[in-house]
Amino acid sequence: MQVTLRVKRFNPEAQKERAFYQDYSVDVEEYFTVLDSLVKVREEVDESLTLRCSCRASICGSCAMRVNGHATLACKTKLISVMDDKRTVNVEPLTNHPVVKDLVVDMKPFWNKIHAVEPWLQPEGPEPKDEYIAPNEAMLHLTGVMGCIMCGACVSDCTVLEVDPNFLGPAALAKAYRFVGDPRDDADKKRLGKLNQYTGVWDCTRCYECVQVCPKGVAPMDRIMALRDRAIAAGYDNTYGARHAEAFSNLVEHSGKLDELRLVPMTFGMFNPLSLPQLLGMVPVALRALWHRKMPPIRHKAIPSSRRVRQIFKKIEGKK
Amino acid sequence: MAVYEHDVLVVGAGLAGMRATIAAHEGGADVAMLTKVHPVRSHSNAAQGGINAALTSQGDDWEDHAKATVKGSDYLGDQDAIEAMCREAGDAVIELEHMGVIFNRDDQGRLGTRRFGGQEKARTFFVADITGQAMLHVLYEQAVKSGVRIYEEWFVTSLVVNDGECRGVVAIELITGQLHLIRAKAVILATGGCGRVFEPSTNGLIVTGDGLALAYRAGAPLMDMEMVQYHPTTLKGNGVLLTEAARGEGAYLLNSEGDRFMEKYAPNMMELASRDVVSRAEQTEINEGRGVDDCVFLDLRHLGKDLIETKLSYINEVAMDFANVNLAKEPVPIRPGCHYIMGGVKTDLHGATAIPGLYAAGECACVSVHGGNRLGANSLLDTIIFGRRAGEATASYAGEVSLKKTPESVLAGDQGVIRDFMGRKSQEDTWAQLRQAVGNVMNEHVAVFRNEEGLKVALKTVQELKHRYDRLAVRDTSQVYNTSLLFTLELGFILETAEAICVSALGRKESRGAHFRTDMPGRDDKNWLKHTQVHASPGGPIVSYTPVTITHWQPEERAY
Repeated sequence: MQVTLRVKRFNPEAQKERAFYQDYSVDVEEYFTVLDSLVKVREEVDESLTLRCSCRASICGSCAMRVNGHATLACKTKLISVMDDKRTVNVEPLTNHPVVKDLVVDMKPFWNKIHAVEPWLQPEGPEPKDEYIAPNEAMLHLTGVMGCIMCGACVSDCTVLEVDPNFLGPAALAKAYRFVGDPRDDADKKRLGKLNQYTGVWDCTRCYECVQVCPKGVAPMDRIMALRDRAIAAGYDNTYGARHAEAFSNLVEHSGKLDELRLVPMTFGMFNPLSLPQLLGMVPVALRALWHRKMPPIRHKAIPSSRRVRQIFKKIEGKK
Repeated sequence: MAVYEHDVLVVGAGLAGMRATIAAHEGGADVAMLTKVHPVRSHSNAAQGGINAALTSQGDDWEDHAKATVKGSDYLGDQDAIEAMCREAGDAVIELEHMGVIFNRDDQGRLGTRRFGGQEKARTFFVADITGQAMLHVLYEQAVKSGVRIYEEWFVTSLVVNDGECRGVVAIELITGQLHLIRAKAVILATGGCGRVFEPSTNGLIVTGDGLALAYRAGAPLMDMEMVQYHPTTLKGNGVLLTEAARGEGAYLLNSEGDRFMEKYAPNMMELASRDVVSRAEQTEINEGRGVDDCVFLDLRHLGKDLIETKLSYINEVAMDFANVNLAKEPVPIRPGCHYIMGGVKTDLHGATAIPGLYAAGECACVSVHGGNRLGANSLLDTIIFGRRAGEATASYAGEVSLKKTPESVLAGDQGVIRDFMGRKSQEDTWAQLRQAVGNVMNEHVAVFRNEEGLKVALKTVQELKHRYDRLAVRDTSQVYNTSLLFTLELGFILETAEAICVSALGRKESRGAHFRTDMPGRDDKNWLKHTQVHASPGGPIVSYTPVTITHWQPEERAY
């Protein structure tokens, strides 16, 4: 069958350095992946079309790119599952990465962030003569995270990175979790302390994009949430993020629903003189909310069955 | 102009390259690693099933492992090398575990094992069915920790050999298109195999025999190049691998009549006979009409969904993505496919080649531990053991010699080659057509079953393709990340390697291991218990033979 690949191209050596779209019409088999088709274009139509790929079996992580606006591995994406009724597929390089040429992006910023989490095992004390004894469940759980092939799909579609390039991002944080969750690693306290700072675990907005696009089921956001829990448990509870989570939970426990008005000062710290500038900074937001009649009520009413919500909390916390 | 100088330069950053780098670094050398892709994109990733080792703490005996390896090799492996590998295997696995590899455990939290082909005992340590990836990422972590320099996305175009010594490499930096000289006291080739000499292949598109061809062109002999492994379970369409661990965990091979045909070929070991035996059995079934669509079937249904999802989750994903088969519900069509080369650059037990200063380790090397047929899960072990040994050897070698200041003018040769490719007017041929042509002819005539006539056709075709290659034009003349040029240069390596394989296969007039000649079906220890060597000369490849090292195990009839 004949399909059209609409490829976003960029040639850094062109007179006018500007990205453009080029349509390639190519004859493919029904079982072809997006990668198979791009390789066919490269081999038969246009030798200059540039992309990275190797294993063709979703393990090397080279061919992450955006297909119809979402990051994916080209080798894992069947053409028939993504083409529209005109048999056209849109192919673009990853976002949140500088483009080098066509579909090839600069992965250096990606790797710098991976390296920033000190991605190697840090045990303490003398090594055992034989292997470390570790429960198989812990190893199986980590295997799910270890399955990350560092393709960059999650980083491409991360909505936080779109506005703050300093965020460590889903891949690096999932990598950090791989060590924090490892019973052999003894650097949890140090790791969590670092991850608790700006650019770390609390900057995730839980949009689920990374979970959605990860081709290996690593679910980076879930790992970030697990890191938050571990950070609080390790005593890192005095950050905006931790206080926000704490306040959120307390308010719901108390009244059965969120008290948005009090959530803000509780997050900044009610009696924290240092938070005064932040609180004052919220005044224009409050005024705008007032103007649009979106101001939460000053007197917060509990829901009728709030007692039962408290029971749920009790039950969950009792289990811990 | 930037000056690049190191004690040791490791070319390739898969398992062997990274293990060598770490060892050379620990040995006190200034070591750098060069790779044409990012290290974690290396093809070691694709190793699925595990790594063999006899752990004494588990009551295992390394001599049993060695014996199985010798038998697996069809007695062509050098037994001193096999002994070294199997003796050091236990420590190597423990060391990997200490580095951070998340090996599967047993109920007591100790390392768990699974069975693999050609061995009576379960001694394969594993991380689900992504053992290669799990190890590769951990070694990368260790490389990052050590802070060694990594030339990432650089591609070696030739070795610098002066006065008979290797003194560095010429390499192209892909992102700029610039050619550079990197001087080093020692170079370790760890570039992996040459799977892409064959089409299809289980190997990634990057596996183009670079190290083999570089060493060969520089004058180092290649050994046992006729020994090419066809893996018994690969997918028909794109040749993607389904791990032997499936059979290790108990999967069956079935023919079109639903019979477990391995009963006929290997009544004791059945599906877990060595790979050459199983691949030949499958091909025989297919040739005799008991296949479907050129395939037989791998049946995992009786293993159950839970086992498949925890221990074989990756092939479960691969079978679904690429064959549209749910392994828990239906058998998957598979066939033998090109997977691995037992041969390679001839080295001693420390990775040293015939050229002082040039070392090799991993699949591109031939020590030889795999002989005529490699056992599953011995390849990862090979990379770790001989990667480390080569790293250590180069660190001490670098302490003894001084860096020779090869002038930048050596760049002129490769500059000229590249200029010619880029400057030619487009001919009819493209690199892709030639690459497909060599892959097809190799897969047709140099596969599971071979004969004189077919091998001659293959050799003649490869030589014709070499002539056409010399007139090839690169259509993309850009500087930045020019993959068209890269693939053209790789094609040169592929053709060089293909020729070495063909002449070696034509030379061996018997059947041994993976080299099965239908015109000479028997093993002939009297005349052919010897290694094939091939080295380049202006008049073409020259084949010679060297003895096999035998320590304990005399050749016996090989039955599974």
